Amino acid sequence: MVMKSRLLTFQSRPTIISTAVTAGPLEKQSVFHSSFDVIYDDERTHLKTNEQGNAQLIEDTCLLAVRKAGLEIADIDVLLGGDLVNQMTPTNFAARELAIPYLGMFSACATSVSSLITGSVLIESNLVENVLFGSSSQHNAVERQFRYPIEYGAQKPPTGQWTVTAGGFGVLSHSKSNLPYVQSATIGQVVDCECTDPLDMGSAMAPAAFDTIQTHLNENGNDVPYDLVMTGDLGKTGFAILQELMKKSGLTSYPVKVYRDAGAEFYGNKSEFRSGASGAGCSASVYFGPIYNDLLARKIKKVLLVATGALLSPLSFQQGETIPCIAHAVELCID
Amino acid sequence: MDAKSYQPIVDQIAPKRPVLKNCMTAFLTGGIICAIGQLISYVYMYFFNFTERTASNPTVATMVFIAMLLTGFGLYKKIGQFGGAGSAVPVTGFGNAVISAAIEHKSEGFILGVGGNMFKLAGAVIVYGVFSAFVVALFKTILVSMGVLEWS
Repeated sequence: MVMKSRLLTFQSRPTIISTAVTAGPLEKQSVFHSSFDVIYDDERTHLKTNEQGNAQLIEDTCLLAVRKAGLEIADIDVLLGGDLVNQMTPTNFAARELAIPYLGMFSACATSVSSLITGSVLIESNLVENVLFGSSSQHNAVERQFRYPIEYGAQKPPTGQWTVTAGGFGVLSHSKSNLPYVQSATIGQVVDCECTDPLDMGSAMAPAAFDTIQTHLNENGNDVPYDLVMTGDLGKTGFAILQELMKKSGLTSYPVKVYRDAGAEFYGNKSEFRSGASGAGCSASVYFGPIYNDLLARKIKKVLLVATGALLSPLSFQQGETIPCIAHAVELCID
Repeated sequence: MDAKSYQPIVDQIAPKRPVLKNCMTAFLTGGIICAIGQLISYVYMYFFNFTERTASNPTVATMVFIAMLLTGFGLYKKIGQFGGAGSAVPVTGFGNAVISAAIEHKSEGFILGVGGNMFKLAGAVIVYGVFSAFVVALFKTILVSMGVLEWS
């Protein structure tokens, strides 16, 4: 592995050999639903609590990803994953059922990419063979923790986002031909532009996404143009701000064919979802579902995935703290 | 990028809350809820032996009961998204705050879950409601004892 300033370049080409995506019943409305492997008919997967539902979703997604790779769960050397519930109990409990070595990861909604970067470093080090990575979120479990009870009649502003019920996991392995591989990555810095509104996370996260994209594109001297740069869950508001930031700084001159945001597109233009989707399952389900499929089909051959996370807690914002945010970027390519 | 130069960009691009529209829908929603409350209190006055003053207690209870049903069936949050303050300020909003928290925390059991959390949101209303009533009563007592006002 070569580290040039903040850019990590992987020479062994850690390869994503399979992915799996599961989602809740409401996510049938997603524009990406045809790329999801499983859509549950019940938000809690017929279990008693939302948190149990989240754990079941994680376990199912992990097992499916392993099966699609043609492996057994015992072939996995380590599971890297996380969610948004306090102390990440859903992922912890799923890891108990899977009974494999496990490192819990938390980068809020950027965990999809932080787990992939960590997995790539492990594969590059040649100490492990197969890494299971990913993240998930469950709407009810997250909303009750960060905002109000689900049935409480609070009015969401137009900047509000909808936490998705979804999970995306993948199996990362040593270089294999004809599959998408991790070319490079940039680990994000925490950026805080003193936003305080927990119902406007897009505005809070846009500067972090901008910082990471700028760092990655500046340090990556590769001239092959990017087919796509996709942020995680900035939503319509945050994505509009990101585009403005890029216009102002001249970042639009980089060789990038198209910029997109998973959260802004997730539910289409339905107004009940306000600014769009969010949650650790948002970027994971889109990156490891439709985007992975597009890479396999070679519709796109070089992408930069920039997952964004708001690092707040209900306690921190009630104490008047601002919302620090982070964005991690990973560059996937296919030959 | 620093926060000072960033906030104007947010102010410029992030969609604003439609304040005027919100005020109108709140006025409409709150008005309808209060009209229903008035209707119920007339029912208690004309069909039962209540006076204008004593009808308020059963009216409030009935309104909270209706709010409970609407919350349980998942309708109150939809009214809340439309009506905003119009559905939050009347007593039905108080009922919704209590009941939504009770439903939410049922998974942690009836004592620590429902019992310990049902006033999580509404508790502030009770604390400051009781406190401001106390302050107002204190002032009135002082003014009455000084002969400025009379108990009426």
